[in-house]
Amino acid sequence: MILTKAQYDEIAQCLVSVPPTRQSLRKLKQRFPSQSQATLLSIFSQEYQKHIKRTHAKHHTSEAIESYYQRYLNGVVKNGAAPVLLDLANEVDYAPSLMARLILERFLQEHEETPPSKSIINSMLRDPSQIPDGVLANQVYQCIVNDCCYGPLVDCIKHAIGHEHEVLLRDLLLEKNLSFLDEDQLRAKGYDKTPDFILQVPVEGHIIHWIESKASFGDECSHHAYLHDQFWSYWNRFGPGLVIYWYGFIQELDCNRERGILLKACFPTNIVTLCHSIA
Amino acid sequence: MAAVLESLLREEVSVAAVVRWIARSTQGSEDNAGEAAALSSLRALRKEFVPFLLNFLREQSSRVLPQGPPTPAKTPGASAALPGRPGGPPRGSRGARSQLFPPTEAQSTAAEAPLARRGGRRRGPGPARERGGRGLEEGVSGESLPGAGGRRLRGSGSPSRPSLTLSDPPNLSNLEEFPPVGSVPPGPTGTKPSRRINPTPVSEERSLSKPKTCFTSPPISCVPSSQPSALDTSPWGLGLPPGCRSLQEEREMLRKERSKQLQQSPTPTCPTPELGSPLPSRTGSLTDEPADPARVSSRQRLELVALVYSSCIAENLVPNLFLELFFVFQLLTARRMVTAKDSDPELSPAVLDSLESPLFQSIHDCVFFAVQVLECHFQVLSNLDKGTLKLLAENERLLCFSPALQGRLRAAYEGSVAKVSLVMPPSTQAVSFQPETDNRANFSSDRAFHTFKKQRDVFYEVLREWEDHHEEPGWDFEKGLGSRIRAMMGQLSAACSHSHFVRLFQKQLLQMCQSPGGAGGTVLGEAPDVLSMLGADKLGRLWRLQERLMAPQSSGGPCPPPTFPGCQGFFRDFILSASSFQFNQHLMDSLSLKIQELNGLALPQHEPNDEDGESDVDWQGERKQFAVVLLSLRLLAKFLGFVAFLPYRGPEPPPTGELQDSILALRSQVPPVLDVRTLLQRGLQARRAVLTVPWLVEFLSFADHVVPLLEYYRDIFTLLLRLHRSLVLSQESEGKMCFLNKLLLLAVLGWLFQIPTVPEDLFFLEEGPSYAFEVDTVAPEHGLDNAPVVDQQLLYTCCPYIGELRKLLASWVSGSSGRSGGFMRKITPTTTTSLGAQPSQTSQGLQAQLAQAFFHNQPPSLRRTVEFVAERIGSNCVKHIKATLVADLVRQAESLLQEQLVTQGEEGGDPAQLLEILCSQLCPHGAQALALGREFCQRKSPGAVRALLPEETPAAVLSSAENIAVGLATEKACAWLSANITALIRREVKAAVSRTLRAQGPEPAARGERRGCSRACEHHAPLPSHLISEIKDVLSLAVGPRDPDEGVSPEHLEQLLGQLGQTLRCRQFLCPPAEQHLAKCSVELASLLVADQIPILGPPAQYRLERGQARRLLHMLLSLWKEDFQGPVPLQLLLSPRNVGLLADTRPREWDLLLFLLRELVEKGLMGRMEIEACLGSLHQAQWPGDFAEELATLSNLFLAEPHLPEPQLRACELVQPNRGTVLAQS
Repeated sequence: MILTKAQYDEIAQCLVSVPPTRQSLRKLKQRFPSQSQATLLSIFSQEYQKHIKRTHAKHHTSEAIESYYQRYLNGVVKNGAAPVLLDLANEVDYAPSLMARLILERFLQEHEETPPSKSIINSMLRDPSQIPDGVLANQVYQCIVNDCCYGPLVDCIKHAIGHEHEVLLRDLLLEKNLSFLDEDQLRAKGYDKTPDFILQVPVEGHIIHWIESKASFGDECSHHAYLHDQFWSYWNRFGPGLVIYWYGFIQELDCNRERGILLKACFPTNIVTLCHSIA
Repeated sequence: MAAVLESLLREEVSVAAVVRWIARSTQGSEDNAGEAAALSSLRALRKEFVPFLLNFLREQSSRVLPQGPPTPAKTPGASAALPGRPGGPPRGSRGARSQLFPPTEAQSTAAEAPLARRGGRRRGPGPARERGGRGLEEGVSGESLPGAGGRRLRGSGSPSRPSLTLSDPPNLSNLEEFPPVGSVPPGPTGTKPSRRINPTPVSEERSLSKPKTCFTSPPISCVPSSQPSALDTSPWGLGLPPGCRSLQEEREMLRKERSKQLQQSPTPTCPTPELGSPLPSRTGSLTDEPADPARVSSRQRLELVALVYSSCIAENLVPNLFLELFFVFQLLTARRMVTAKDSDPELSPAVLDSLESPLFQSIHDCVFFAVQVLECHFQVLSNLDKGTLKLLAENERLLCFSPALQGRLRAAYEGSVAKVSLVMPPSTQAVSFQPETDNRANFSSDRAFHTFKKQRDVFYEVLREWEDHHEEPGWDFEKGLGSRIRAMMGQLSAACSHSHFVRLFQKQLLQMCQSPGGAGGTVLGEAPDVLSMLGADKLGRLWRLQERLMAPQSSGGPCPPPTFPGCQGFFRDFILSASSFQFNQHLMDSLSLKIQELNGLALPQHEPNDEDGESDVDWQGERKQFAVVLLSLRLLAKFLGFVAFLPYRGPEPPPTGELQDSILALRSQVPPVLDVRTLLQRGLQARRAVLTVPWLVEFLSFADHVVPLLEYYRDIFTLLLRLHRSLVLSQESEGKMCFLNKLLLLAVLGWLFQIPTVPEDLFFLEEGPSYAFEVDTVAPEHGLDNAPVVDQQLLYTCCPYIGELRKLLASWVSGSSGRSGGFMRKITPTTTTSLGAQPSQTSQGLQAQLAQAFFHNQPPSLRRTVEFVAERIGSNCVKHIKATLVADLVRQAESLLQEQLVTQGEEGGDPAQLLEILCSQLCPHGAQALALGREFCQRKSPGAVRALLPEETPAAVLSSAENIAVGLATEKACAWLSANITALIRREVKAAVSRTLRAQGPEPAARGERRGCSRACEHHAPLPSHLISEIKDVLSLAVGPRDPDEGVSPEHLEQLLGQLGQTLRCRQFLCPPAEQHLAKCSVELASLLVADQIPILGPPAQYRLERGQARRLLHMLLSLWKEDFQGPVPLQLLLSPRNVGLLADTRPREWDLLLFLLRELVEKGLMGRMEIEACLGSLHQAQWPGDFAEELATLSNLFLAEPHLPEPQLRACELVQPNRGTVLAQS
C-alpha cells in the first residue's frame, strides 16, 4: 500500500484530534474503504503518537495533574461505575492509557509512603488487579482496553506484529534459498547494530546486503527516525539494503535508492542472485 | 652568464663542454684547452648558468606567449615581486639583474647602480634577478631583508602587478615591475603557489634604449668580474655591437611584414578581450600566424641555444623536466607575436620600439626552437600517453618543421598502448563492520563501545551531508559540519576509542580516495580516435565541449600546488574542523604505521629472464599491485605530511634572522613523526626509490618553511637532489632503472622542487658532480626500480599535471588558447586489488632457505599462490578450530555448568569461581588444537595449491609447492593457536557462562522447552497479533462504554476461541510476550463470561449469553489453558477482587458459572484446591457490599464442601444439573 504524499495527507487530515477509540477507527475505515485496515490503523497510530508527543508536556505540569486527579476523584465519588477516567482523557485530548498512568501515579503518591517505581506502575498497568483501589483498578482497565494507540496491550500487539513479519520474511528468504544471518546471530558475533537480516550473498537488481522488516506504515516522521537510528547505521556498516514497510509508505520517501536504501511494501519478487557456477 | 652563452654562440666553446662545465665542477679531460680557459674564468658563475638560461628563454618568449598558460620556472630569480610590497624602488631585483649585463647603457645605469647598492644586494651574485626574486644565497645566509626582495606571495600572478609608473624612474630594467602588456596569467591566481617566470615583458627602459640589442653581441670584455657590483647597469642585450646591424635590419623588415599582416586581418590587431582575458578568441576570427620553416631567422643561434637547453634538460640540470616541456609546447603552439602598442597607449611611441626581442623574432623562430628541443626529447615524448602522442603527431607545425620527428611520433602513437583512462570519482562506500576488530571485545567498556557505535554513525552522516552539499555555492564545511564534528570528537574520551575512530577514518580515506569507481571511464587515447573521423573542425568543437563538461576538475597548470581533490577535501576539512590534538596524534601514529607497513611490503621482483607469455600476465598483476600500494602510500603520506606539519604552517612569511635561529634550534630537537630519512636511505639502497620517493614527495610537499632548513630534512633533500641528477633518461642499460620509473621520479621530484616551501636555491646550489649519486654496491641486483612497475596510467595518476601538455596541444587543435583549468580530471587507478598481507615468515631455518631457493627459479605467480594459500588455509584453520573444538568445549562447559547449578541449587555459586572451575577442566583440552590444526592444514592446503596452479605444472614442482604451503599454513596456524588457544577458550566459556546464568535468571519457565507446531502444519493459523487485537475489542466492548448497537455474537466468540486454539497450536508466529498476553486476555474473557458481562448482539431479549453457550465457551477456554498454552496462564486472576467484583454488578447474581469454573480448574489440574482456597480466603479481606460478602462466603463453603477428588461421573452429572448456582444464590 504505497501512498503518495497527497493521499497520505488526506488521511492524516481526517485524524486531527480524533480520540484513539475503536469507534474512531471504525469511522476511519468507513471513510477510506479502499485502504487496508492495517495501513489505516498504522497511520492512525502514528499520527496520534505524533499528536501526543507534541502535547505531552502540557498534561504533565503539576497543575494539570492535580486538576485531572481532582476531577477523577469527584467523578468516581459521584459514580464509580461510570467511565470517569476515559471520559476525562477524551475530554482533555490525551491518550486514555497515559491518563490512567498519570492518575495511578498520583494516586500511589498519595497512598504510599515511597514514590512508586516505574516498574511497579508498569506492572499495575499490565495487571490492574494489583491496584490497591478497586474502583481505580476498573477505571484503569477500562482506559487500557479502550485505547488503541497506547497501553500494554497495544504495545504487545505491535511487538507481535513486528515479530510475525520478521518470521514471515525469514520464511520467504528460506524459500528463495537466500542465505542470511539473523539478528540473534549478528548479536552473538558482537555486531553493534543489527538489521533483521544480513544477506551473506548480496542480492542483485538493486544490490542489497541487509533487510529490515517494519510492520508499520512508513510516514515521514517515523522514516526519518528510522533512517537516523537504524537504516543509515546499517548502511554505514554493511552497505546498501532493503527496508520492507509491510503496511506501506509514502512514495516520496523512497528517494535514497541510488544511495543504497531501497523501500518496498512487500518482499521483492524479482530477486536475482549471483550465479555460483558459470555454465 | 651571458658571456657563457656568448662564447657558445661564437662557437668558442662546444655545447658538450658547456654542459659538462655546468654539470660538473671540474673540467673533464675531454675539454680542449681553449674551452677550458674560456670557461674556467667563469667558474664562479657556473651554478648560475642554468637559472640564467631558463629565465632568459622565458624572457625571450614573452611576446609570443602573453596569453598562454603561465610557464612557471623554478629558478632563483623566478619569484615575482609581492604585488603590494612596501613601496620604494625594488632593490634586489634591479641590482641582481644589472649584474648580468655589461654597463653599456649609461643613462639608466647612473640612476640605478647606487640604488642597487642601497638595496644591499651587492653581495648577491645571483643571476637572472629580473623577477625581483631573492638572491641565490639568501636562503643560506639569512641576510635578506624581510619584505624586500622576499619571496612573492603564492599565486600572485602578474595581473596585479603594478604597471609601469613613470614616477619610478630608474627601475626600468626590472621586468618584474613592468609586466608585459596583456600578459594576464589566467586561472585562479590565488591558489597557485608555484613560482613561475611569467613571460618577461619588454621593459620601457629597453624601449627607450635603441638600437635594439642582439644577444650575440655583448663583448666578451664585459664578462662580469669578481666584483659583482661592477656589473650593475645594463640589461641583457643593450649595447648593440656593430656586427649586428644586419640582424637589426632583418628585424625591421619582419616587423613591417607583420604589421602588414595584422592590418590585413579582419579584426583589430589587439582586440580588447585579449588584454584582460587569458582567452584569446576561440572562434578563429583572429587567424593564427602560420609558422614557416623558411622564414626562421638566425637558425644557427636557435639551434645552438636549443641544443644547450636540451642538454640541460637531458642532464636533469633543470628542476622540472615537464615544466620545460610545457614551455616548449607553448612555443610550439604559440599563436602570434603580440604587439604592445594598444595595451598602453600612453607609452607610445617608445613602446612601439620595444617590440623586438632578440632570440625569438617571430613565430617561426619559436616553432623552430621548440621543434629542435622536441627532437632531442623524442624518447620522453614517445612515453607520454596515447592521446598526447596523437595530438603531437597531428600537429601541422611539427609536420612542417620536422617531418622526421612527426613520422617517429606517428609511429610511436600507433605502437602505443598507453591509454590513460579518466575514471569517474568513486561513489561512497562505507567501511564494513568487522566483528573481529569492531565488536565489544575490542573495547574497554560498554560505554566506549556504544560511544563508538554512535560516532561511526555521526561520521557517515557528516560524510553524506558533505557529499550532498559541498558543491553547492556558499556551503561551508566548517559552518555546516564543524560543530557536529567537534561534538563527536569530544565524546571520544578513551584513548582506545580514538584508535578505533582513526582506523575507521583511515580505512574510509583509503577506500574513497584511492579505490576506483569501477571500469567504464573514458579513455584519453580513445576519444581522438573516434573523433578524428569527424574532421578537425568538429573535433575542435567536441574538445571544447568536453572541456566544458569536465571543467571542474582542473589539475591547476603544469605545477599545481599540493591539493586535496575530490573526496580528499572532506578528510582534510574534517581534520581541520575536528581540531583535536588527540585525533591528530592517533591519526599520525596510524598513518605512520600503515606507511611503514606498505613501504616494506615485499612486492614481487622482476625476473628479467622470465619473458614468456605467462610473465606478461603476471606483470599485469604486479603492476596493479604496485600501483595500489604506491597510490595508497602517496595518499597516506600526503595526509601524514598535512597533519604533521599542520602546527607549523601558517600564512605568515617564514621567519628570518635570530627568530629563525631559535626556531631552528627548537625544531631540530623534535624527532620526525616518521623516520623518513632512514626509509629513504633504505629505499635507495634496496633500489626501491620508485616506491619510496613518490610518497616521500607527497609528505614533503606539506612541509613548512623551516623544514628544509633542518639538518634532518636537508639530508633528505640532498639525497633527493642527487637522485634527481642521477636519473638521466638517456642512460638505459641493464641494471638501471626502467624508463617510466625514472620519468615518474623526475616528475614528482620536479613538482616538489616547485613547492614554495622548498627553498629556491636548493636545487641550483646543490653540488652535482662531486656528490654524484652512488648506488650502494651491496644493493640487490634487481630491485623494484629495475622492474617495469610504472605505466602511463600510474604516471598520469600520480602526476596529473603532465596532462597539461595534452591540454595545451588539444587547445591548439580546438583553436582555443590553453589556459589553466580545463578538462583534465584527477585520474584514478582502475585496479581494485586489495593489498595482500605479507605472510609471516618466522622460521629462519634451512627449510625456509630451501623454500626461498625453490621459489627463486619459479615464476613469481607460484610464490604468490603458495603464500596466498598458506595464508588463507592458516586463517581458516583457526576459524575451523574455533567452530569445532572450541565450540565443543563450550558445550561441555554449558552442561557442566548445568550440573553445577543443579547440585548447588538456585544460586549456583559465584560466577567467577564457576568460570575458574570450568576453565581448569577445559583449557587443557586446548592442546588438541595444535594436532587438529596440523591435520587441517595438511588436508586442505594441497588441494588449494593444485587448484590454483596451472595444470601443466610439473609434478615435482607441484608437490614441493604443496609441501611448502602445508608448512607455511601449519606454521601460521600453530603459531597463533599455541599463543591464543587458552585465552580463546576462556573467553568463549566465559561468554557461555554469563549466557547460561542470565538464562537462569528472571523467567526460567519462559525459557523452558517449547513444542513447535507439528510437521504437517502449514502455518495458516490466524496471527497472534490479530487475535490479541480481536480479544481486546471484545474486552473493550464488555467493559464499555459502548454504543447501544454494539455487541458480539456468540458465534463470533466461539470462532475467536477456535482461532485462538489454532494459533496456539501453530507456533510459527507466536512469541512469548504475545502468548502471555493471550493467556491473560483469555482469563479476563473467562471472568467476563462468568459475570455475564459480554454484550451479545441479537434480538433484545437475548441480550445475555445463554448459560449453555457460556459453559461451552468456558469449556473451550479450559481446554485451551490445559492443552494449548505452553506458558503460564494467570488463572488466579479469575479470583482477583476486581474480576470477582464484576459479579457484584449483575442482578440477579449468578454464581453457578464461577463454581463450575473453579471445579473444572481443579478437575483439569489447572489449579490446586489449596490455591483456590487461598484465593477465596483473601477475597474475604476485600471490602464488599454486605450481601455480596455473604454470597461469597457461601460459595467458598460450597466449594470447600466438595470432595477432594471428585469422580468423573459426578462431574458429568453436575454439568447437566442446571442452575445450581442460582439456587445457591437464592438460598
